[in-house]
Amino acid sequence: MGNDSAIHELVSACVGQTGAPITALRKIMAAHGHITDGHVGIVADVFNLSRADVRGIISFYSDFSTTPRGRRHIRICQAEACQAAGCRGLTREVSEALGLGLGETSEDLAVSLEGVYCLGLCASGPSAMVNERIIAHATCEDLLP
Amino acid sequence: MSRALVPSETLANALGANELARELEARGYEVVRSGGFGLAWLEPMLVIDGQAYGPVRDLDALEEVALGPVDEIPAIARQRRIVFDRCGRGDPMDYDPAWLLDQLQRSPREIIAEIRASGLRGRGGAGFPAHIKWQTVHDTPAPRKYIVVNADEGDSGTFADRLIMEGDPFRLIEGMLLAGHATGADKGIVYLRSEYPLAAQIFAQAIAKARELGLLENFVMELFIGAGAYICGEETSLLESLEGKRGEVRTKPPVPAVAGLFRQPTLVHNVISLCSVPGILKMSGAAYAEIGVGLSTGSMTFQLAGNIQRGGLYELPFGLSIRELVEDWGGGTRSGRPFGAVQVGGPLGAYLFEEDLDTPLTYEATAQLGAGIGHGGLVVFDDTMDRMQQAHFAFAFCAHESCGKCTPCRIGAVRGKETVEALAAGEYTEDKIAVITELCDVMEEASLCQMGGMTPIPVRSALGIGK
Repeated sequence: MGNDSAIHELVSACVGQTGAPITALRKIMAAHGHITDGHVGIVADVFNLSRADVRGIISFYSDFSTTPRGRRHIRICQAEACQAAGCRGLTREVSEALGLGLGETSEDLAVSLEGVYCLGLCASGPSAMVNERIIAHATCEDLLP
Repeated sequence: MSRALVPSETLANALGANELARELEARGYEVVRSGGFGLAWLEPMLVIDGQAYGPVRDLDALEEVALGPVDEIPAIARQRRIVFDRCGRGDPMDYDPAWLLDQLQRSPREIIAEIRASGLRGRGGAGFPAHIKWQTVHDTPAPRKYIVVNADEGDSGTFADRLIMEGDPFRLIEGMLLAGHATGADKGIVYLRSEYPLAAQIFAQAIAKARELGLLENFVMELFIGAGAYICGEETSLLESLEGKRGEVRTKPPVPAVAGLFRQPTLVHNVISLCSVPGILKMSGAAYAEIGVGLSTGSMTFQLAGNIQRGGLYELPFGLSIRELVEDWGGGTRSGRPFGAVQVGGPLGAYLFEEDLDTPLTYEATAQLGAGIGHGGLVVFDDTMDRMQQAHFAFAFCAHESCGKCTPCRIGAVRGKETVEALAAGEYTEDKIAVITELCDVMEEASLCQMGGMTPIPVRSALGIGK
């Protein structure tokens, strides 16, 4: 409950901003890691949207997740420039080592693996991100815990 | 005391620039965090008292990576840096607004005339003449008008928007304020993708600095961060997203210049289009039109990526051949294997092969190949590229990123992906090619926007099937 009131405050602070519901959902992701049913209700109430509208926004944007991600969230670029630099092999290697496919999270929430389309380091691929850290010329060792 | 320019730019930082900056400070250097020059293979590249070094791994072995005076590095000296002239040369926040304030005294009519004379066309992909949009927004009466900057740089192989926003954010602020003044818009919003956190941080800092300098007294400037959707690079999808909704594309007309954000006249431009404006006004539109070839005037910020020896950003006049860019500037593949293919213009661009390499990089010549120059990105592959796999990816990417509003794109991409899978498995080859061709025809003719409309380009070119 205390948590929900903090989220309510976070969401209310966005009122009046351009594209506010999206910014509010981003803030929830940053604060809580994923978006719960309760959060959907808060966003719907604050912006006078239906819950279906809010779920529609969440499902549209890949930054938003309704399930928790791993404490170590690994994202490997899957786009063409990184394909040319070997991201398919890297993804296979990491995936095998973790026993996780793209879009999956380990049961203990320690690690999650996700694809991403372009981090803008396209001349130095394959690129990847581990939590907030961006990695150029990524290797399997860079990414594994 | 020696002065060291250390890039604060995502790639350089990923390769150790932050640590180098700290170490240089500890050694008593005056450290300035600058933008990057865009030469990816030399990052992190330091400039110490005018002398360049890169890639720097160890400060005790600088001489081993000495590059000489920064302005004499051929890969910089031979460029025609109009957008990027300041980038890399100092603290991006160290900005003198005198020139801009002077330009803002010119009449809107005069500024639009310069843009018309320059022949500037959109650098985001569509290549639409900029002055027509400016004139339309200017001429459409409305209670409020907007400048919207498309910094949702989602094309693989592109990073020009990121580099300029990290390295010279005031170039974009200049472009936005000049466009606002010329069109009568008093609010500007930058739509930046969430994958660029450093660009967001630096640009937000630049907005604060601009406010401090008194540049934003009659203009509201905002930064909006996207939420991970390639389709939001499509201008009407971007506008929907800015209104806080799903980024589903709108039917056109009306075009955004007439009814855009909140149905008000909106000038939507790519970052590099707006960043080209100050250079045009500095040299005059007529002088800018002398650069380049035919209707492809001025400089293009080409970005060379993928499996390439010397990848990075090269700002050059339109008109050089793909071969010159890939071989002379890029030095061929990084793997050392023979060249395989180059995808020009992002995920919706064509795969071109050896026989196409002498094509000049202009809007017209690439269009003749059924390709397109897009945002100027070129992704190089070596000869291990699997054409079937790339065609499959083109459909799969479209299926993943389609906004779902129109049927040809939503269903076509999924069916296309399945059909390529069947083709790859060796099932009914001729039949499958016919299905793929038909799907491509329908997507091209009937999709609402370029996502579905152009996905057939990489598919057909990868599979070697013509129209």
